Amino acid sequence: MSEAPLLYTVEDGVARLTLNRPDNLNSFNAELHAEMRQALKAARQDESVRALLLTGNGRGFCAGQDLSDRNVAPGAEAPDLGESLEKRYNPMLRALRDLPFPTVCAVNGVAAGAGANIAMACDIVLAARSASFIQAFCKIGLVPDSGGTWTLPRLVGMARAKGLAMLGDKLSAEQAEQWGMIWKVVDDELLADEALTLARHLATQPTRGLALIKRALHASADNDFDAQLDLERDLQRLAGRTNDYREGVAAFMEKRKPSFKGE
Amino acid sequence: MPNHLIIEGPQLGVLRIALHRPEALNALNTALLAELAETLAVAEKDAEVRAVVITGSQRAFAAGADIKEMAARDLVGMLEDPRQRHWAAIARFNKPIVAAVNGFCLGGGCELAMHADILIAGEDARFGQPEINLGIMPGAGGTQRLVRAVGKALATQMVLTGEPISARRALEAGLVSEITQPELTVERALAVAETIATKAPLAVRLAREALHKAEDTDLATGLRFERHAFTLLAGTQDREEGIRAFQEKRPATFNGH
Repeated sequence: MSEAPLLYTVEDGVARLTLNRPDNLNSFNAELHAEMRQALKAARQDESVRALLLTGNGRGFCAGQDLSDRNVAPGAEAPDLGESLEKRYNPMLRALRDLPFPTVCAVNGVAAGAGANIAMACDIVLAARSASFIQAFCKIGLVPDSGGTWTLPRLVGMARAKGLAMLGDKLSAEQAEQWGMIWKVVDDELLADEALTLARHLATQPTRGLALIKRALHASADNDFDAQLDLERDLQRLAGRTNDYREGVAAFMEKRKPSFKGE
Repeated sequence: MPNHLIIEGPQLGVLRIALHRPEALNALNTALLAELAETLAVAEKDAEVRAVVITGSQRAFAAGADIKEMAARDLVGMLEDPRQRHWAAIARFNKPIVAAVNGFCLGGGCELAMHADILIAGEDARFGQPEINLGIMPGAGGTQRLVRAVGKALATQMVLTGEPISARRALEAGLVSEITQPELTVERALAVAETIATKAPLAVRLAREALHKAEDTDLATGLRFERHAFTLLAGTQDREEGIRAFQEKRPATFNGH
């Protein structure tokens, strides 16, 4: 196993990001943050990338912040956690969510704290049957971050969001699927293959159209019906100008399989 | 031939001016300002031009003035700064300007955008007056037009902290009239300008002057000006045509007289 805290490869149009601090349940320290920033930037700038797959090495997906990387010695001045979010987590979450192609997360084990919320910031979340989600923040006096307080109520409703965030109970992958918090539960041994297959499939689809779908769905959280109809009009205008739309219609008319270029 | 502008048109009555200094995020150096003032002076005399759209690039409308150029000027140099003449010429332009703003719209860029009559912003646009960070302050209307556009509290915060605001915030504050998807900003600005270009030029011109009066005169004077302008239009052929076309349920064709 390589020593790098993040493994980054690009193949078949899929950028794979593998969190690689298995001994620390892939928790985030300064180094992993820096590598993530680099990788998300590289994926965004790489013309060949049309989908992203995020997963973790070892038994956990990501345990959030590495607390040993945080200096809260007794008697020491209180750390400015706002600064840490502003400088590290928030830019990462924004970059991940704004990627102009689909993102798949394969949650291979426990996803706790920021780890759970980073997973949920991806477009399509698959989880191993043995995986679990824990909003651990309340256990140490903190607030769910990395978008958790925004994402949770939208995915599971306010009652469940409050329960998860204020009790910090472990939520099994199966329960998460039943609640609609994630897309799908997969048997542990099948997760890696299924997630890669899915990401590869997405990388062959009309990428610009998918990016516009993301934009519309993300905006729906803040728009009223009228504004959303206006947005759909504008995004459809853009989608209708893509070569993939022409190809899609042509393939349909000619009763053949479309070949999308992502343009 | 301008070096720092790309000029297209007029098409459908609209002249399109793109700021073009890609190497410097369209920073407004003196040469660019001079070209812009000159282009508008020519457009003013061209009856074909009924409205102007000013755009930047997808990344930046304009990210400020040219710092290098400014650094080279001492106090006396500032007093004799030719830029003031160019700004005044841009402000005097007597046809509607629609600005299409994407990306950074900072410092002199924000001030230029505020010279436009209508601002259409892409959702990712950012407006700010960061001059204070350089130990200076806005010098081309930033402190004046911003207060009129967004009110004292927000304008003061922007000018004294140097921190920019988002397109959405700018819309809420009234700095811009619409926000749109970044890919459609220019298109939307052109559509607005093309609509204006179909109206009676004299009515557009006088209405615009009346709107300007609203910004810097008391209500009674403004109302008086409005009434005079309104009365002036009674003598125009275009007013007759406008009313007749309405009665005959057909689109009007205005000739500018």
